[in-house]
Formats: sequence, C-alpha cells, structure tokens
Amino acid sequence: MAKDRTLLGLTLALALLMAGMAVFPQWLTFLVMMSLARGLVVLAVVLQMRAGLVSFGQGLYYCVGGYTAAMLGSLYGVHEVAVLIAATILVSATVAFVLGTLLSRYRDIFFAMLTMAFSMILYGVLVKSSALGSTDGFSLPGMTFFGWTPETQSTAVYILTCLLVYLIALAYHYYQESPAGYLAGAIRENEIRVEYLGSSPQRLLHCKYVMASVIAAVGGLLSALATGHVDPEMAYWTTSGEFVFIAILGGTGHVAAPFIGSTLFSFVQTYAYQFFPYTWQMVLGLVLLLIIVFLPSGLWSLVQRSGSEKPRAADH
Amino acid sequence: MQPIIRTEGLCRNFGAVVAADNITVALAAREVIGVIGANGAGKTTFVNMVTGYLKPSAGKIYFGDRDITKLKPREVMRIGICRSFQIPQLFPELSVLDNLLVAVSSSDGTWPSFVKPLKSQARIDAAEQVLDEFEIVAFRDTIVGTLPQGIRKLVDIAMAMVSKPAVLLLDEPTSGVSAAEKFAMLDTIMAAVSGAGATVLFVEHDIEIVERYADRVLAFYDGRIIADADPDIALNDPDVRQYVVGSEVHRRQEGP
Amino acid sequence: MLTLLAILVDGLNYASWLFMVAAGLTLIYGVMKILNMAHGSMFAIGAYTSAWIAGWYFTGADSMWGYLLMLGGAIAAGAFVGLVIERGLLRFLYGRDPVVMILLTYAVLLILEDVTKLIWGVDPYFAFQPYTLLGRTQVGPLTFANYDFGVILVAAIIGLGLWWGLNRTRRGKLLLAVIHDPEMSVALGINVRAYFLLTFVIGSILGCVAGAVTAPAISVAPGIGVEVIVLAFAVVVIGGLGSVGGALAGALIVGFSRATAVHLLPQVDLFVIFGVMSLVLVVRPQGLFGRAQPRKI
Repeated sequence: MAKDRTLLGLTLALALLMAGMAVFPQWLTFLVMMSLARGLVVLAVVLQMRAGLVSFGQGLYYCVGGYTAAMLGSLYGVHEVAVLIAATILVSATVAFVLGTLLSRYRDIFFAMLTMAFSMILYGVLVKSSALGSTDGFSLPGMTFFGWTPETQSTAVYILTCLLVYLIALAYHYYQESPAGYLAGAIRENEIRVEYLGSSPQRLLHCKYVMASVIAAVGGLLSALATGHVDPEMAYWTTSGEFVFIAILGGTGHVAAPFIGSTLFSFVQTYAYQFFPYTWQMVLGLVLLLIIVFLPSGLWSLVQRSGSEKPRAADH
Repeated sequence: MQPIIRTEGLCRNFGAVVAADNITVALAAREVIGVIGANGAGKTTFVNMVTGYLKPSAGKIYFGDRDITKLKPREVMRIGICRSFQIPQLFPELSVLDNLLVAVSSSDGTWPSFVKPLKSQARIDAAEQVLDEFEIVAFRDTIVGTLPQGIRKLVDIAMAMVSKPAVLLLDEPTSGVSAAEKFAMLDTIMAAVSGAGATVLFVEHDIEIVERYADRVLAFYDGRIIADADPDIALNDPDVRQYVVGSEVHRRQEGP
Repeated sequence: MLTLLAILVDGLNYASWLFMVAAGLTLIYGVMKILNMAHGSMFAIGAYTSAWIAGWYFTGADSMWGYLLMLGGAIAAGAFVGLVIERGLLRFLYGRDPVVMILLTYAVLLILEDVTKLIWGVDPYFAFQPYTLLGRTQVGPLTFANYDFGVILVAAIIGLGLWWGLNRTRRGKLLLAVIHDPEMSVALGINVRAYFLLTFVIGSILGCVAGAVTAPAISVAPGIGVEVIVLAFAVVVIGGLGSVGGALAGALIVGFSRATAVHLLPQVDLFVIFGVMSLVLVVRPQGLFGRAQPRKI
C-alpha cells in the first residue's frame, strides 16, 4: 500500500542520512541540514498550495522561528534546544492564529499579496531594529540538546534536523490522507460544496495556515541552529519566492518532493551564483515563465478545470 | 402534525429587486412538493435562504420547533436539510467515488479527523451503496469533470443524500437533461429518496415532471407564492396559467 | 497644530504618488482581472529612468525642461515595457487559472527586478536636483519643499484626466463597460482585447509616472518596487478593486495614516496601514467602492 511505501521510504531515507553523517564531508552535512530545514518551509508552502493558496510570505514564519530561537539564546540565555523548540512552536502558532483569522477569509491574489505584505512588514521592523542587529542580524550561542552537550554542535544539529524532519514529514503524510488533509483539494475545487457537506472551509484553512506556519518556523529554528545566525533576509520577499519556486517544481504530490527539490535547488544555486550573481531572480523568473507557458501540466496540482471564478462559500 | 419546515414572512431584496416577498409556507414530513415559476421568480432564492446560504432581509425559518433562520449552510446540513444545485456543485478533478467519499466523511462530524485515513472500508462501502441507489456504479472511477450533465446531476443529488437528510431540496434536477432521460432519472431519484422517508421539494420548469411526481405545487411569481395546492388545482389556477405555465398546455406526444 | 499641518502636507504628498500607482494597478485589475504583482516594478523603472535623466540633465542645466524630460522619459519607459509585456506575454495567457496568473505576474516581477539591476546597477540614485530646484516655502518653523506641492498638483491633474477620460469620452465609457462585464462587452462588439492592451499600457505608464515624480524625493535603489506594490495593494484593497475613485479614497486613507504614523511613531507605519486595511476589510470585504460579487449558485 502507498502508505507503507512512504513510511518505508522515509525511514530508509532517515537511516541513510544518519549513516551518511559518518562519511559525509563537512560541506555536505551542512548542505543537507540547510536543505532539510528549508525543505520544511517548502512543505509549508505545499500544504497551503494543495488548498489553492499560494503563500508568497512563508518567510515570515521562517524568520519568526529563527529569531525566536536566536533571541532566546542570545538575549535570554536559553541554552537548551528543547525549550527553543517549544517556544518556536508556541510563538509561531500564536502569531499564525491571529493573522490567520484575517487571512483565512481570502483567496487567490488577495491571500498571496497579504502573505507577502506581512512578511515584508516583519522585514521592515527587523531592519529598523538596531537592538536586533538590523540588516546584519545576530548569532546564537551553542546549545545543549535535551540535556546532552555534544562535542560538535553541527553533529547534534544534523541529528536533530533529520529526526524532526522525519517526524514532520511522516505526520504530514498521514495528515494528507486524512479527511482534513484531503479536503484541501475539495476546498480548492468547490468551497461552496464543502460548506454544504458540513465542514467550514474557512476554519479548515485557518488550521492549515497555522500548521504551515509552525512547520515553517521549525524550519527557521533548524536553519538558525545550523548556521548559528539569523538575519532579516529570512523574511525578505525573495526568500519566500524561492520557497514557492521549489514548491512548484517539486509539485504537491509527494511529501519527499519539497526536500529533494530543496536539495537540488541548493546545489544549483551555489553554482549559479558564480555565473549569475546579479541575475539570479531573473533566472528564476524565466524558468517559472517557461514552466507556465510550455508546461501547464507541470502545474497540474494548481490548475483548475475551468478558468472561470469558482464560487466562494459564505463567511465562516 | 407539526410541519417539518415552516417559513414566516420570509423576505429578501437585492437593492431594489424584491426576490422574496413575504413567503409564508409550511412543509409536512414526507411530502413531495413541486416548486414552479418563471426565471427570477424567487425559487432558488427561497432554497438559498432555507439552507442558510442567503440571509433573509426579514422573516423566519423553522425546522420543527427550532428557529434556523441564522444558521449557516453547514449547520443546516447537520440538522437534516440538504440540497442539490441548479448547476451541479462537484469536485471536478476527483472521481465520482472520491466525490462521494468527501461527502461521506464530511457527514461524520463537524470536525474532520486529522489522522485516520479518509478512505476506510466503511466509508467506501457507504459511498458505493449510495452510488448503487442512484444506479451510477458504472461511473465510480470516472473523473467528474468528464461526465455528461445527467450523471453530474445524479452525483450532485447523491452527495446531498449521503447524510440521509430529513428534507431534500432539489434545484432543477432535470435542467439540461434530455427529454428521453428525465423520467428515468427522476424515478431513480424518487426511489432512492422515498426509501429514506425524506421530505422532497424540487424546483422545476418541466410541468410534466411536476404533474407526475408532486403531491403539492407551490407557484412563485415576482417573489410571492401565487398558488399552493394539489397539482390539478394549482396548475389550472388562472394566475398560474398567466404567469407560469402558459395559457395552453402542450402535451408531449408519447414516443414509439 | 504645526504637526497637523505637516501631517496634512505629507499625507497629501504620499497620497498623490500612491494614487497614481494604485490607479494603474486597479485599472488593470478592473479591466483584465489580473492583479499585476510586477506593477511595483513599473514604479521602479519610472523612478530609475527619471533619476537617470535628472542626473544627466541637471548636471549642466537647470531649467524646467528637465522636468518635462523626466516625465517624458517615464512615459516612454512605461509605454515600452507595458507594450512588451502585454504583447509579448500576457495576451497569450488570458483566461488561465487565477493561481497561474499570480505566478505569471510574479515571474515578471522577478525578471524586472533584475533587469533594473542590470541596467542601472545596485547602487542607489539620489537625483536631488529637481527636488531642490523649486525652492522651499516657510510656514512658521516648518519648511516645505515646493516640489512636494508640485507632486500633489501632478496627481490632481492626472486624477482629473482619468476621471474625464473614463466618464466623458466614448472610449472611456466603453472601458467602464469592459470593467463591468467583459463577456457582455465582447457580445456587444467591443474589441475587448484592444482595451486590454490600452489599459495595460496606460496602467504601466501611470506606475512609471508615479515613480518618476517620486524619484527626486527618495533614494532610488533595488527593492523599492516591492515596497511599493505592497503599499499599492493595501490602497486598492481599501478602495475596492477596479475602482479609480476607490484608488483615490484608498490613497488618501493610506497616505494620511502613513503620515500620521511617521510623525508620531515611525516604527509602526506599516502596521498602521495594514491595520487600517484590515479594519476596512472586516467591515466591508469588497473595499469601500468595490462591487459585491453576484450570486454564484
């Protein structure tokens, strides 16, 4: 059964990654950690994309996660990762719950632009805040991991990343097979019918928004631990745009796609920066255009049957 | 006998347009009511208000004793009033079975499960049973977007029937369906529905359908009910003839 | 009291260029049902073009021709870019799924952001000469740059021009018809595709002109396009998508909100703007002048 295959596949991947730790060179473990962390944010984008919502501002929570961890570590002297994880989840869920009450009422371009706007608001606030290092950001100190003080931070972060990503990916997979997850597609296709069948599309979308935000925030936390640093760039629109780009390339079909896509993207980006330092956005834009124009089926998961406006459910 | 659904002075306007003007009507359990009227007379507005999609400008709606005027469609569905749509509201990229499964799982409870899989055997069985009642099992795995109109209508109604509602409101079930197929379709629907003992209200333009299946006819004109009686009486009412049916009734020739 | 005057003038000033940008954005949306995420890039292109022209012209001379050249350059740039995008890309993709259209304009945004970097580099432009050339006005202890009043004047002229064009000319009324119901317009024989082209070009020009007019007062650097689209979006949402009158109302509201915040508590300016927007949306989801959606089922 497909369910078992994914469980098997994910567990296998986890085992391989853990084993790889022993043989991978330093740069590879770092790349894997960052790819997995960023892959979580892509997963968050995908979760919402399945419901037809494109989030151009997922970087907001990526940044919230990173900064929560960094602030607790640097400014409040927290040195235990377990506390950071709990705090990140709590803070991001709270922010998402509040913003979600507004955002869950909007769709299409409204939703897309609002998410971008909120992300840029955070960017603006952080850039103006000299206490938080303005555009330079600031660093995190070393951490203990559930009581264990590791010899090398990167080893511990690597293990933590692999485990957390594994658990989240697994949970996501079961979620997508459940009624709540499956309803995403239904909402995307016909909200009014979903309402008439007994569920509240708005509440479900609010839920998805919060879930996606927490996942993205955990990604931000892991990214902060891996690099030891956070900066406002995490909330900048180009960062969010890259997450969307990877989400589209990977598709919304399988839980592994965001992570594989993120890894490939990291490889390509590292090399491309050597050739296109000032035109990376343009390259992304052109590729996106090519996909839209020549491979509409490449966006199969996003495209509706007809181009006409779909009916909206009444509020709530 | 207490009416199962009752409206009192239901009104609705859109700016200067009066879509519903003081609609007061009572529907009894197990009744089959045909609603007729020209386009724009207020029939679908009525259904939209009863099911909570549209807020009335004035008036009340009761389900038994309970005031349901302010309920949302999903709450109205939960208490046992379901509807089908003039233009079938389906999930075009899913298969017929998946459409039904969504309906089945949504009827389980207000808050869907986040963990247990959607496609359980129990749900698949329930969905297939409804498909069977509506005689569309052959289309089980067909993507809904590719279906012909008649089958789409059946899927639309099947989805509304999944929760075994006490009241079923059908909005133009035979519109877009060929003359040859419409009676067969309505026979299927009525068999499935009366098996569940539901009250059925159907909006129809086709007078033959109304004559054949309705116990009672409500005629709408300009947002008001201008007739409420047995089909024989209502369809021959002079106002109904003038505003709805037409002065001469042409009977379809029985085919070979 | 003086703060109030400062807020008034600043508010009108913000509102002026916001109105020009938002009018273009809302017109394009109203006619083509596309919210052009790359519209902010038009602002940026207009700003860069005019800043560059200003830098070139005002180093030697200092006459009023400079302003005309700046404006002309922006109009030309807007017309050119608008034409290229509409003819070269958009017209092949009308009617596609809303999500696809969002990604499409986003792709254009990505491309244009880097195109501006390629043409004008990454260092900021300070084209201050046009700003200082017009002198200052003293009101008590406050000084206002006359240029800022000029911006308000330009916006007023453009606003009047738009109003007259839409409501008093035959073409304009046809455009309003297309905004109201494109399908019906086609059925009535209106060449809707031609209006799409016209609207997109005019909208782009408006965006560019807004940028051109603002450039002397700001530092023109990469990233202003996105900052502007975020603000313009708030404006059109408050005003109601597709309504130029709404763009005016929204621009005034956002302009004054921003001016108030900047003078009293600068850190929260974006919060205030989006707070106001959220309030409006809660009370009136379609915006102040937006039309409620017709029945869908």
